[in-house]
Amino acid sequence: MAKLMAKRADLLGLGTGLTDWLLPVLVAAMSFLAALALAGTLASAMLAAQWRHDTASALTVQVTDPQAPDAAQTQSRALAVLAALSSAPGIADAKLMSADQLNRLLTPWLGADVSKLALPVPAVITATWQGADDTGALAASLQKIAPGTLVSTGSAWAARVAALTASLQTSAAAVLVIVALVAAAVVAVATRAGLAQRRDAIEIVHGLGALDADIADSFAARATWLTVIGALIGLALALPVLIWLAALAAPVSDFAPQGPLPGLPPALWMSLPLLPLAAAGIGWVTAQLTVHGWLRRLA
Amino acid sequence: MVRFEDVWLRYRHLAARNAVETTVLRGVSFEIPDGGFRWLTGPSGAGKTSLLKLIYLAEHPSRGRIDIMGTHAARISRRDAALLRRRIGVVYQDFRLLGHLSAHDNVALPLRLARRSEAHIRADVAEILRWVGLAGRLEARPDELSGGEQQRVAIARAVVGRPKLLVADEPTGNLDDEQAERLMMLFTTLNQLGTTVIIATHNTGLVERYPAPRLEMANGELVAHG
Repeated sequence: MAKLMAKRADLLGLGTGLTDWLLPVLVAAMSFLAALALAGTLASAMLAAQWRHDTASALTVQVTDPQAPDAAQTQSRALAVLAALSSAPGIADAKLMSADQLNRLLTPWLGADVSKLALPVPAVITATWQGADDTGALAASLQKIAPGTLVSTGSAWAARVAALTASLQTSAAAVLVIVALVAAAVVAVATRAGLAQRRDAIEIVHGLGALDADIADSFAARATWLTVIGALIGLALALPVLIWLAALAAPVSDFAPQGPLPGLPPALWMSLPLLPLAAAGIGWVTAQLTVHGWLRRLA
Repeated sequence: MVRFEDVWLRYRHLAARNAVETTVLRGVSFEIPDGGFRWLTGPSGAGKTSLLKLIYLAEHPSRGRIDIMGTHAARISRRDAALLRRRIGVVYQDFRLLGHLSAHDNVALPLRLARRSEAHIRADVAEILRWVGLAGRLEARPDELSGGEQQRVAIARAVVGRPKLLVADEPTGNLDDEQAERLMMLFTTLNQLGTTVIIATHNTGLVERYPAPRLEMANGELVAHG
């Protein structure tokens, strides 16, 4: 049965044609780039989610004239605001920045030890904001304790981070589309070369009553086989590079290698096998379209 | 039935950047009934091969109407044209064998395209290759065969599917007299079984030994019919 199918599939002698080595090599290169682009798309999506969460939840409170007594005249304004924040709903990890921490932050701009300058420096309290977007009610309550207190969240920065990561994702997706188009062009060129090489054989089987679909299927089967081989080679070459890049990125990402498939995020492990499938689809469809178009020149 | 009605065939090609039109068939009309036998004769360049190409649907006429086995050739889909070709056996002047296939597989081609079973194919191909005297050359490739052997493989391929219409262009050109006679017996047997046969030839001796109506071509025109 297998011999019969092979005979039917290779009436045109394509097993010894269709620029056998060039197509898998070029598709391997495309597959390598596609694997990197796919990893880039997933990594940027993961980083985007992480960065958006971290940035949007950061709450900064500036208390002017921090050592002055609060409105109730019971303690300093800074400590009163810190106490209010610590007990407020939707606030976690409220911390008063030390003088040293403030000094390290401001020195690059002020150029000297802040404590030696006669500048009114506010106290800065950092916290994690777990409430809704609007911090107006919180700001109003803190204003009553220490008038002039400023409350800000990272939502403005989060929007910029979202725009940046969206552009990264779009770029990676565009690379994937370009790689797919180039792969299709490579398959089309190889198929046309195969058609030119086998023109006489095609005319003979056409004259004997072969359907256009018979001829197109023969070419498509061959092109699909060669593109899948190329995609697998490209994927095999890309894997060590991806694992190396994931190891480099590990310190700045939440991802920690674990499980039976170490080195890459599970989403990437699940996505990478799609590349040979996509290559197969591109090979089949492109070869079919190319051959059907070419056959129209025959009567 | 094969029917030509005022059929013209013109080719356009570029010569010195100018489109040049060459007329190879001029208003050809004839009719061959089912089961008929016709010789197609005429000097080289008279248009015999072009006329045969129109019959086996390798060309479209520039003008006129062609009916093959009751089908208006210009009005059928590509799929139906392919299915119609499977009912036409063709012996090409230049054999047109596939170089990567053995004699057996070349002859088996029409049967494989028609999705016949391998058991059926083995039996039919072995029988027809024995008939043309090539029983011992089943696995030989075309480049291992002489011109006469290649011609016999081409003939075997044309008749193995028991076509309703057999079209042959100089089928005995590379054969000795004995082989030519043997193949003419094959063609006449097929004709007696109902196959319409059209043979283009320069071999006047053969035409005289097997009397049948003639389509005589000259300069792209049908000058005699009958």
